Amino acid sequence: MKGLKIIVLAKQVPDTRNVGKDAMKSDGTINRAALPAIFNPEDLNALEQALRLKDKYKGSTVSIVTMGPGRAADIVREGLFRGADNGYLLTDRAFAGSDTLATSYALSCAIKKIEPFDIIISGRQAIDGDTAQVGPQVAEKLDLPQVTYAEEIISVENKIVNIKRRLERGVEIVSSPMPVLITVNGSAADCRVRNSKLLMKYKHAKTVSELQNESDDYIKLQKERTYLQIKEWNVSDVSADKEALGLSGSPTKVKQIDNVVLQAKESKKLTSDDKDIDFLIKELVENHTIG
Amino acid sequence: MNNVFVYCEIEDSIVADVSLELLTKGRDLANQLKCDLEAVAIGYNLKEIGKQIFPYGVDKLHIADDKRLEYYLTLPFSSIVINLFKKENPQVALFGATSVGRDLGPRISSALVSGLTADCTGLVVGDYDDPKTKKNYKNLLYQIRPAFGGNIIATIVNPEHRPQMATVREGVMKKEIFKHNYSGSVVNINVDDYLNDTDFAVKIIERHIEANKIDIKKSSIIVAGGYGVGSKENFKLLFELADVLGGEVGASRAAVDAGYVEHDRQIGQTGITVRPKLYIACGISGQIQHRSGMEESAIIISVNNDPEAPINSIADYVINGNVAEVLPKMIKYYKMNSK
Repeated sequence: MKGLKIIVLAKQVPDTRNVGKDAMKSDGTINRAALPAIFNPEDLNALEQALRLKDKYKGSTVSIVTMGPGRAADIVREGLFRGADNGYLLTDRAFAGSDTLATSYALSCAIKKIEPFDIIISGRQAIDGDTAQVGPQVAEKLDLPQVTYAEEIISVENKIVNIKRRLERGVEIVSSPMPVLITVNGSAADCRVRNSKLLMKYKHAKTVSELQNESDDYIKLQKERTYLQIKEWNVSDVSADKEALGLSGSPTKVKQIDNVVLQAKESKKLTSDDKDIDFLIKELVENHTIG
Repeated sequence: MNNVFVYCEIEDSIVADVSLELLTKGRDLANQLKCDLEAVAIGYNLKEIGKQIFPYGVDKLHIADDKRLEYYLTLPFSSIVINLFKKENPQVALFGATSVGRDLGPRISSALVSGLTADCTGLVVGDYDDPKTKKNYKNLLYQIRPAFGGNIIATIVNPEHRPQMATVREGVMKKEIFKHNYSGSVVNINVDDYLNDTDFAVKIIERHIEANKIDIKKSSIIVAGGYGVGSKENFKLLFELADVLGGEVGASRAAVDAGYVEHDRQIGQTGITVRPKLYIACGISGQIQHRSGMEESAIIISVNNDPEAPINSIADYVINGNVAEVLPKMIKYYKMNSK
């Protein structure tokens, strides 16, 4: 079998799992600076599945596609350090404010520029929104079959992919023809760590915008070693319709954002002393909550 | 036309609880919007399915019954719903936030270019003034959900696009029979009008789906643990306490992610919603996503060594102490006091 052409969709997200007490400013808005930007966890699971296919089927390539501000080039570099072959950053002010539908439109336009491909893999959902919508929406826009909630891409035989899905109450093994879009669960294998040789090889990988702040020597180096070029695409590079992007391309509008205000109850404060626990249990037994 | 639609998930000829909960919510929304409630059932051997669905106040039930549709498959199911929605033009369409609804919903929203909001914790009818166009919209669906790690609550609207689509987790809405003898009409969908062979490109090779083993939703006492419990070993104390009280063990997402307990026990926005008469939160800080899944509990006890834990503000009793110290004492004094 000739190698597979695999695209991994990955997102840079604020680390909402580790929201500290300084995450909210005193005026009640979010302090984004206090949240580190990370590789979306399930996208790392997706990358691992892609890299396993690359290991298994010689001649395969893995391309990272991400959309975000300039600093999201970190996501492509992180992918390269772990074994991806190249990457694309979609960045343009016109993408800002996109909901899942507009985002999936932008990604599908970029993927059409990268064609042909065999498999698109992404994480099931991103931790900043937890919607799990972009994967299926990209599949629909590209008229591809989709397999969501994948835990393992088992094999590829005769252009058919066999996939194990992890559902709420069990597993399903399905087969799909290629090309196909697959979204991967957090229950899948963890992503391998950075490879030190790849880290050396790709540490100077940059986008065109990033190069603008570098010296001429650096720019010369990039010209010689084309693998260091992270492709940076804007709206016109991917032939997208601006009306279908950003706020205008988003059917959903945010009407209102409320800060979380806790309605404090009149609570009884107790300690772990025996007499306090004894009091509590007696009260609960007396009012028939327990017992 | 322009009615409220609910997609009904069916496994082994039983309509899923989440779908019945959405029918109850859908009936309420339809009453407010002065329109009908319609349901969609896709599967195999569905002749009797209406008996389960109509009592929730369904006016019209669309059935696609075909051997090839026995198990959920993205392409044929989405093809049927997309074509049905194109014809019926619903104003609101609700799906369970399950592995089925979250696979199907986005596919449909993409095909119909409509807005979809995932994992809503509230659905309310209200008006909207667009700040840019100054246009006023009457009777939109407010889709309310925690966002950004639960630090904010967002109210989402879809002013221009239909259907207004939302997914909701099991247990978030209450299931309530509208009228036992409520009757509506059945429309049988001719599936061959909507399907072609390429829709069956993805095939199910094997399927092992177990009945829900753990059902903490039905338990009136829940002892739930968070990341603060500290270890799988410490979680055994929660099982002991739940056992003597005749309750079940629940967990926050952080505890499930840490591998302390299985996913079936996860409570909160991305787990299940519970309303027990007693909820004992052990080492749970109480992010909004967790609170949205348990705040309607009748009595809440928080056991936490952080006196500032957000959960304490909704607790009836706050025990400032370590889980490993407090729980054995609760077991001890329960045994002493209950006899």
